[in-house]
Amino acid sequence: MKVIIMGCGRLGAHLARRLVQAGHDVTVIDRNSDSFARLGNDFKGTVVLGVGIDEDVLRRAGIETADAFIAVSNGDNTNAMAAQIAKLVFQVPHVVARLYDPVREETYHTLGLMETICPTVMASDEICKIILGDVSR
Amino acid sequence: MYIIIVGGGKVGYYLAKTLLRNQQHEVLIIEKDKRKFELITSELGAVTLWGDGSDALVMEEAGMARADAVVAVTGDDEDNLMICQMAKKKFGVKRTIARINNPKNENIFKRLGIDSTISVTDLILAQIERHIPAQSLVHLLTLREAGVSFVEAKVPPDSPVIGKPLRSLGIPDDCVIPLIIRNGKGVVPYGETRLQNGDEIIAVTTIAKEDILGKILSGETIEK
Repeated sequence: MKVIIMGCGRLGAHLARRLVQAGHDVTVIDRNSDSFARLGNDFKGTVVLGVGIDEDVLRRAGIETADAFIAVSNGDNTNAMAAQIAKLVFQVPHVVARLYDPVREETYHTLGLMETICPTVMASDEICKIILGDVSR
Repeated sequence: MYIIIVGGGKVGYYLAKTLLRNQQHEVLIIEKDKRKFELITSELGAVTLWGDGSDALVMEEAGMARADAVVAVTGDDEDNLMICQMAKKKFGVKRTIARINNPKNENIFKRLGIDSTISVTDLILAQIERHIPAQSLVHLLTLREAGVSFVEAKVPPDSPVIGKPLRSLGIPDDCVIPLIIRNGKGVVPYGETRLQNGDEIIAVTTIAKEDILGKILSGETIEK
């Protein structure tokens, strides 16, 4: 699979390394070149320096032939916008956006344009499981 | 009307100030920078809310559900998009207006259902084009998704189109000339209208035919 990851923070870098390890073609976009250090010296994917909501940057990263686009920058608004561009403008089959804010995540989940991940709710669920025993959402 | 403005920069501030002059409007500015917030409050009064206007909790606090219009005028397109989408989808606000900084984003905003977009760059570009003599067509308004633009062209002094009836100029079917500004007055032309030196032509054209229209009006001959 050809995967584009926007945001080379902890999650983005972790995903990038993991997916490359699994044999996929990975490109990471970040607007700060220092962030790419998280990928390590032996990173076998490619990197693009730029802002992921700019269509030209996305094209440079190869979005036109991408199978998946993962928006995990540290800004919910940027992730939401980039994911929607990936889906609507470039028709990327699999699009996932991380949204920290639970209310935003719920709204975009309902919109149905892309898959959404809310770490806040996920962590909250896990922690409750640990201290309270099994709880349903 | 209850109008919420997100972004207390110059645009948001002067917009609020102007709306407040019409005492029938209730206005709220949401600004996340403390200093700007305090400044606006001291100048305009208690019409401000300190917070991130793209955050759902702040939107609740602002009473977004009862707003008639939400205007997103922050300096970041992604924030303006989030504000308008949340306003529309979560709070059911009827009218959402967004400022767009990067003209390329106009398409995506429209597709995502934002009612009205203002591309500042495009507006200023039109003004710059007006003052470049070599530019034959000035773009007044471009509706990219519809593939149409409103353009303005000035008839140059020795243009071969002067004195000829409009219908004989070979203007493509996709172009319409609803107005000519002649000596400061508007003239609605018809097929027999003859162009004069100094006429400013306002035309509506598909983007595809813009070049041809520009060439005709500046008097270049076109290969059929």
